[in-house]
Amino acid sequence: MSENESEFDAYLSLADVTQDDHRWAFGTGFADPLAGVDAPIPAGVDPAALAATCLALGDDALIYSHRLQQWVTRAPELEEETALANIALDLLGQARLLLTRAGQAEGCDRDEDRLAFFRDEREFRNVRLVERADADFAELAARLLVFSAWRLALLQDLTADPDPVLAAIAAKAVKELTYHRDYAAGWVIRLGDGTDYSHAKAQAALDTLWPLAAELDLGAEAAAFLDTVLAEATLRKPDAPPLAPVAGKTGRDGTHTEAMGYILAELQSVARAHPDATW
Amino acid sequence: MVSARESAGSVPDPEFPALTIADLGILRDVRERDGEVTVTITPTYSGCPAMAQIAVELRRRLAEAGYREVVIRTELSPPWTTDWITPDGRRKLAEAGIAPPPERAGPVRVTLGTRPAVPCPRCGSQDTREAARFSGTACKALYQCRACLEPFEHVKEH
Repeated sequence: MSENESEFDAYLSLADVTQDDHRWAFGTGFADPLAGVDAPIPAGVDPAALAATCLALGDDALIYSHRLQQWVTRAPELEEETALANIALDLLGQARLLLTRAGQAEGCDRDEDRLAFFRDEREFRNVRLVERADADFAELAARLLVFSAWRLALLQDLTADPDPVLAAIAAKAVKELTYHRDYAAGWVIRLGDGTDYSHAKAQAALDTLWPLAAELDLGAEAAAFLDTVLAEATLRKPDAPPLAPVAGKTGRDGTHTEAMGYILAELQSVARAHPDATW
Repeated sequence: MVSARESAGSVPDPEFPALTIADLGILRDVRERDGEVTVTITPTYSGCPAMAQIAVELRRRLAEAGYREVVIRTELSPPWTTDWITPDGRRKLAEAGIAPPPERAGPVRVTLGTRPAVPCPRCGSQDTREAARFSGTACKALYQCRACLEPFEHVKEH
């Protein structure tokens, strides 16, 4: 091989055919995201409970990432567009790791793709908050604030989980979510404490989302953070009643809102039309 | 013969081609035993799309250096931090016009709040502003220098 060819060349490694994982573009040819990770489930950890935790948190990230991705090409400015795409990518990365871990824990040989693309609506365990399509940028900011404040506190606790893989996934996610929460808080304050028009939009967004936020079971830390941001944003914390469960069931039980069917149709249609495709 | 560590350490990062994975602290360990090389790498971000690319390039370079048996391990814990970027890596970032992350002690603060000023990598001025918290990749923010007016990227504290 000549000196020139041994230089790093993105196209050369894209065309790599020595492995069984052809890549047609940068970032494709996805290998198992936990490939090469020592991943036995420790004694004393209940595999079913571990699978359930990973599945719920993985589904939250997967579905919300999809909603954020829908803002790409629609954001008000290029800077917000890259921010939202990056946040969506972080969440998609968390989803891939968590779904893979869920599959390992349940022991039924389902990988991330199987879990993401071939489950039906009632098998998804995400909270209903992540399903709604954002009506406007104020809703985007308000939901991202509530979601990231809640998820950050949740994953902070999981950094001490007895399963070292889940603990490691959580430790990485905490750093990412800190930036997501910071970004959302900045926008909620800017809109709430902005013009009359932006304030009205931000308050309307909160009022719309609040019934869905009840399902999150915000801990004291996340609730206190939200209170601080809302006060700074001169926004009123709504006292709307929670969105009622359906026959006693909510998102975590597999009962979802109407929006969920549309997301899954978009998310899963290609994989289901071409079940043997690789990418 | 080039050592396995040298060969693995020479792999450039797909997103920062001026830096190697050793400079960035992505390469955690290289061990050679009975002709088999075990390379341990760590992802920078959960959604890092470069991991597969890095693995391919590692195998290619090690094969060129004569190492045929290569095992690539991924270590998630403790999570990668910008503190692992070497002094050499920080220098190369600055040379490429990218402001390196702040030097600090201790873990990333859970609330970021106001961050210290990021000096401009071109003119050195402290008078810069954050234009966007995120940039072309998740690990960077977009800044602008008020002195020389040039925009620049900054590797965020992580």
